[in-house]
Amino acid sequence: MPPTTRGFFGRSREPRDPRLPPGQYDVGADWPVLTAEPTPRISAETWSITVAGQVEAPTTWDWDGVHALPGSEYRGDIHCVTTWSKFDTRFAGVSLDALWDVARPTAEGLFVMATSKSGYTTNLPIEDLTGGKAWLVWEFDGKPLTIEHGGPVRLLVPHLYFWKSAKWVTKLDVLERDQQGFWERNGYHDRGDPWRQQRYQGD
Amino acid sequence: MTSPVTSWTTATIAGLKRPLPRSVQLRLDVADRVDHLPGQHYVLRLTAPDGYVAQRSYSVASAPSDPLLELFVERLEDGEVSTYLADVAEPGDQLEVRGPIGGWFAWDGETPALLVGGGTGVVPLVAMVRHAVATDRLDLLRVAVSARTLAELPYADELVAAGAVVVLTREQHGIRPAARLTAMDLVPLWEPGQTAFVCGSTGFAESASQLLVGLGFAPGAVRVERFGPSGT
Repeated sequence: MPPTTRGFFGRSREPRDPRLPPGQYDVGADWPVLTAEPTPRISAETWSITVAGQVEAPTTWDWDGVHALPGSEYRGDIHCVTTWSKFDTRFAGVSLDALWDVARPTAEGLFVMATSKSGYTTNLPIEDLTGGKAWLVWEFDGKPLTIEHGGPVRLLVPHLYFWKSAKWVTKLDVLERDQQGFWERNGYHDRGDPWRQQRYQGD
Repeated sequence: MTSPVTSWTTATIAGLKRPLPRSVQLRLDVADRVDHLPGQHYVLRLTAPDGYVAQRSYSVASAPSDPLLELFVERLEDGEVSTYLADVAEPGDQLEVRGPIGGWFAWDGETPALLVGGGTGVVPLVAMVRHAVATDRLDLLRVAVSARTLAELPYADELVAAGAVVVLTREQHGIRPAARLTAMDLVPLWEPGQTAFVCGSTGFAESASQLLVGLGFAPGAVRVERFGPSGT
């Protein structure tokens, strides 16, 4: 246990919510915006998502194309590396599994680089994006996802820190070898599991 | 930058001031301190007697050459860590810190930069200005800062001395009437090859970064640090 800070007792004497990973706090109704670049101008009409790289059938879906896939919802919590967590969120879109079923990653495809319209990138093991653990989403709480929160369509990987859930996502490149994305090159962890506090390289 | 972020270390509060209402300026003596790049931040961790832990990130205001690490913290009414720092902490207290962190919102000290800050968002920009002063490279920096009033602008004297354009939204400043930051304020500060560093509340950062893109900055040349909630 870290040394005690003189005179600090913390906000809450209630039992800690078991949904809160270590080092996180409950942000309540807020949803902070953290973006390293200017918000891009992007519309549903011109948006598309491409799955390429180590796949048998590289495929691009436009807005209507992803809506034609079977819909899927995530209800649960999200965790940001800046230490806020937000409980009971509700996102709607499509499970990434529906895209993988069409594009069919090869046995060599072990990692994914997600790229955004803004040029933002983030890397993930493909295991974290398969098996019902990741989505493309365009609705939050029943309303269209706003552009500041990554609309029209963002990646959602809620079991990892939220910088992995790339806003304005337009490309998923399946790779044989891991490469580092934007924050990962800048000192953040390659996987980012909030329950293991994998915040920075070396954690 | 793929080097591991340093682990937790102890910082002793060497000085503590409240230069503005609702804020606190901490001067920390950090054990085994690693030099930061101006613009980087530290994480600060507080631990209660029962092991409860709260941690938050704060931008560094001091230059790398300063023997102490200076943080400037706005006291948020419902802030768990900022109220402790503003109301309880005293010189001699020990805090746990980890840093420096962040390789993106960091000035290299060698290339032209346009700094645009709102409110306490000026803090990482102050580190850049101080570094430029210490290395005699203030010629590389152009600075615009915004606050409600001059009295609410952190480090106002140093920023004015460094030639910052000061934009006040609630009072006149010189011949400039009270108004939000506009493209007109930024045009005279533009120089070829600049990287822009924008820091402030979500609303300020969004509006300032869009102004810069509108002026012709490539989006990738605008580095943004936002803080504060925006609702959904």
